[in-house]
Parts: sequence; C-alpha cells; structure tokens
Amino acid sequence: MAESDPIPPPRARLASEPSPDGVDHAFPGARRPDRHRWVESHGLRLSVWEWGDETAPPVLFAHGGFDFAGTFDGLAPIVADAGWRVVAWDQRGHGDSEHPTLYSWEADVRDAGAVMATLGAAPMPVLGHSKGGALILQLAESSPHTVSHVVNLDGLPSSRSWPDVPEHNRTRMRQAETSSWLEHRRTAGDKVRRPGTLEGLAERRGRMNPRLDPAWLRYLVPIGARPADDGWRWKIDPTLRPGGFGPWRPEWSMARLPSLGMPTLCVLGRELEPMGWGTLPEDVVPNLPPGGRFAGLEGVGHFVHIEQPRMVADLVLEHIS
Amino acid sequence: MSPPTVILHHNRVDLALHHLRDAVEDDVQALLVLHGLGERTPATAPVWTDGWPGPVWGLDLTGHGASSPSRGGGYTAEILMADAAIAAIHLGTVTVVGRGLGAYLALLVAGACPEHVRGAVLLDGPGLAGGGPAPGSPMMVAGAVLPVGPPDPFALVEMTRDVRPPDYALSWVHQAVEGSELDTPLAVAARVRPPWLAAVADSPGVADVTLDDALALYSTP
Repeated sequence: MAESDPIPPPRARLASEPSPDGVDHAFPGARRPDRHRWVESHGLRLSVWEWGDETAPPVLFAHGGFDFAGTFDGLAPIVADAGWRVVAWDQRGHGDSEHPTLYSWEADVRDAGAVMATLGAAPMPVLGHSKGGALILQLAESSPHTVSHVVNLDGLPSSRSWPDVPEHNRTRMRQAETSSWLEHRRTAGDKVRRPGTLEGLAERRGRMNPRLDPAWLRYLVPIGARPADDGWRWKIDPTLRPGGFGPWRPEWSMARLPSLGMPTLCVLGRELEPMGWGTLPEDVVPNLPPGGRFAGLEGVGHFVHIEQPRMVADLVLEHIS
Repeated sequence: MSPPTVILHHNRVDLALHHLRDAVEDDVQALLVLHGLGERTPATAPVWTDGWPGPVWGLDLTGHGASSPSRGGGYTAEILMADAAIAAIHLGTVTVVGRGLGAYLALLVAGACPEHVRGAVLLDGPGLAGGGPAPGSPMMVAGAVLPVGPPDPFALVEMTRDVRPPDYALSWVHQAVEGSELDTPLAVAARVRPPWLAAVADSPGVADVTLDDALALYSTP
C-alpha cells in the first residue's frame, strides 16, 4: 500500500526543514512533524505525517473537515513526547493529499484503513476531531480488530443545530440548495482558490474559527496553503463545500457510539461556535458504551485540542496509556 | 444526424452520452435512459423504448461503461444525479427512464431539474434498493485487490450501501411536483418496491402505471 513517488509532490515542511522564505513560522508549543511519507489508498495519494519515535506504539489522529494534519501541531508533540508515535494524514482533498474525483464518507474511512495498514497489524488507539471524530466511530465499528481505544474530540453530531422548518418552506429551500449545488458541480472543475496574503488567509479562516488565536491561524497558513506568484492559496480542493449534500443525519453518527467495545473517551467543548454541532452532555452520556468516559470542557470551544492542548493531551494520555 | 456519442464534462469526469435512436415523430422530447448499477448503456435502444416517438439517448454514469471512474471511489447517489442533470441540460428537455439505481437517480433529477425533466419513469433493475432506509452495520473494503472495471468496483461497493430514507425520497417528489408543469411528473412501473420506492409510489403526483402507459403519458404534448 505504501508508495514513494520518483518526483515527490510539494508538501509542507517538517520540523527539521526551514521555514518558507520570509515567514517566521512558529507558535508557542507548536512543532512540525518529524517525518513525512506518501501512502496510496486505492490509487489516491495521501500525505502522512508523524511525530515521535518511529519505533514507539502508534496512535492515529484524524483531523476535522477543512482542516489538515498540521492542525495537530499543538497536541501531537505532547502525546509523542510521552512515548507515542503519532500518525496523522491529510484527508483526501485536504492539505497535501491528492484531490480526488469524488468524495464520500465511505472513501474517507477506507483512506484511514489504508494508513493504518502501514502501521502493523496490532490494534492501535485512534483519535478524531470533529468530522474526524465521526469518521473514527465508523472505523472502530467496522474494524474493531484494528482499534484499541477511541478518543472523540467534539466529533459527536447531534440534531440540535438543524433548523426546524415547515415542509412547504423546506421544499423551496431544498430547491434553491439543489440548484446552487448543481451549479457548483457544473463549474467547480475550473475553480481555483482565491489568492491572498498570509495575513489575509488567516483572517478568512478566522471567520469560521472566531475563538482561535490570530497568531495560530497565521501559523497554519504556511502548512495548509502554498505560495504562488500572486499570493498564498489554501490547498484544499476548491470543489469541496462545507456541509455536504445528501441524506446524512447527525444522529446516525451518534448511534455508532453505544456499539463500541473498546475503551472510549468523548470530549466536548462547552462553548458553542459556528464549526461545532451544539451537542450537549445529555446527548452524549446516555449513548456512551459500557465503561465509556465523558469530559465536558467548560470555557473551551469546538477546537478543544487547539485551545487547550495540554489539558486534552493529559486526558488522552490517561485514556490510552 | 446526431453523433453516436457525446462526451460531457462533469467536474473531473468525462461522461459518455450515447445516441441510441432517432426520433420517429418531431416535437417530442428526448428519452434519456439511465442504466442500473453495474450496467452500461446498451449499444442500441432497448425494445421497451419502441413506444417512444422522440429520440432515445443513454448515459453511462460515472464509473460505468465509457464514462471515466473515480480513483479511490467516493460515489454517492447525489453525484450520479448530477451526471444525469448535466445530460438533461445538454439535451434541453427530456423524459428520464431509469433502471434500478437509475430509477432512484431519475427521481432525484426530476426533483433537481424540473425545468429540464418532463416526467421520470422508475423501473426495476440492479441497485434499486441501495443500502436501505437507515445505515446498516458498517463494513470497510480496504487493501483488497479489486478488478479494474468498468464498472468501477467502488461504485458497486458504495452504491449498494448508500442510505435511502423514505422521507428523503419524498422530499425529491415534493420538489418535482412543485417545479413541474405536469400533474404526475413521476411514474412508478417497478414491481419491486423497497421502502423509498413504496413511499414514492404512494405519494400524490406519482402515477403507478405500466411502462408503456408511462411512456404514453409523457410523450403526449
């Protein structure tokens, strides 16, 4: 499954490599990965990053939608320094991974399986944030023989954030949504991300991440974007749109939680914000599997691992060690 | 005379739209045939389209026939519906007839593009039930050596697992009814009725008829 290209595609830097020209690429506590490799998932090239000793036991991290593995630059080094080999991949269409023709939930889970297949046959802990948290619930239910522990970081969708709309209005809303989506499908193949300054890209990202430190958002740009003659552009596939389109229901992910047989830790940030699901403890606790643990973090938003990397790392290490 | 095959572009996919038969009568819209899961457009117009007086076209869905596949999968019904929408828009106005998976897509495209779809006929065929009305126990195909296709094996894997809730199917019925000039923009001629199709067949605005009656219904000005 693992494969090296004769001419490696461009990628973000490692800890051992210099910052891009003219960029002071640093953030307190953040550390770029120690290693990088490419993994092929059924013909698609995935970008895989690792922190820590290569011979240490692996733990797999799955990032959220519109994020990339580098968003673990705060949490991953702490877990790695505690004796773990932290492995995270840029999901298809995200970060340095290839932009595929199509996307689906099943394809993302298969990609996770392809990365895990390069890490040996022993079951390993898996951690996921937001979309990545929901992904690992399906991964753990579909392949319990590969997963030893589950850590879900604010990745438990609930229907609380879904609007209550009368049916006759819903039909009109759906028609407008459908037309917009079809137009996007028709034209997205020619789209490119809008260029801007490093500061400008950080400011754009801040609109959906209002609680995050602007300095952190600036730190993410040289990882999740690449420079060109006319400025920086986010690497994420321009054909992707937030929210998806189809019959998916948030409760379908939550319904996977009670099935899990491995030790499971669910962490919620209690401060509600745009990228979160608005899920409350009373939505999660009744669905915990036997022995499952819940931690609600007061005063912390959706990006629990970015706002409080030390606190979250302590919870994770206590759970998986 | 129309060329035998037109290549249409849907984002990163090249779609093959095949001309199967010329019109017998003028001024009747094209019939767009959508094949079932794992099938491809036949080389000639199926005999069951003989009653259609307009031209007959068939679309190879992404990952099927002469249309390009998606490396590493990622198939969804909504993406394949967009294939059909692009073909319908290219042809102007069409009546869609779909087999199996194509029947589900015919429903979706009738709701998505009522201004381009004058009637959709839903037939039996491979991939009619999909993954059922709610998610089942998940499974993961990874690391397996799969045939190259076509059909793309990931299309077969994913489109037998896509969830088709009856209320979701009904939302497409509502869109088709609201946007269409016809009283019955949908016709169910399938004998097998998985939950999504049973709900559709019982809905106002849907005719429960034979294939021949459905073709007659939509070919009449």
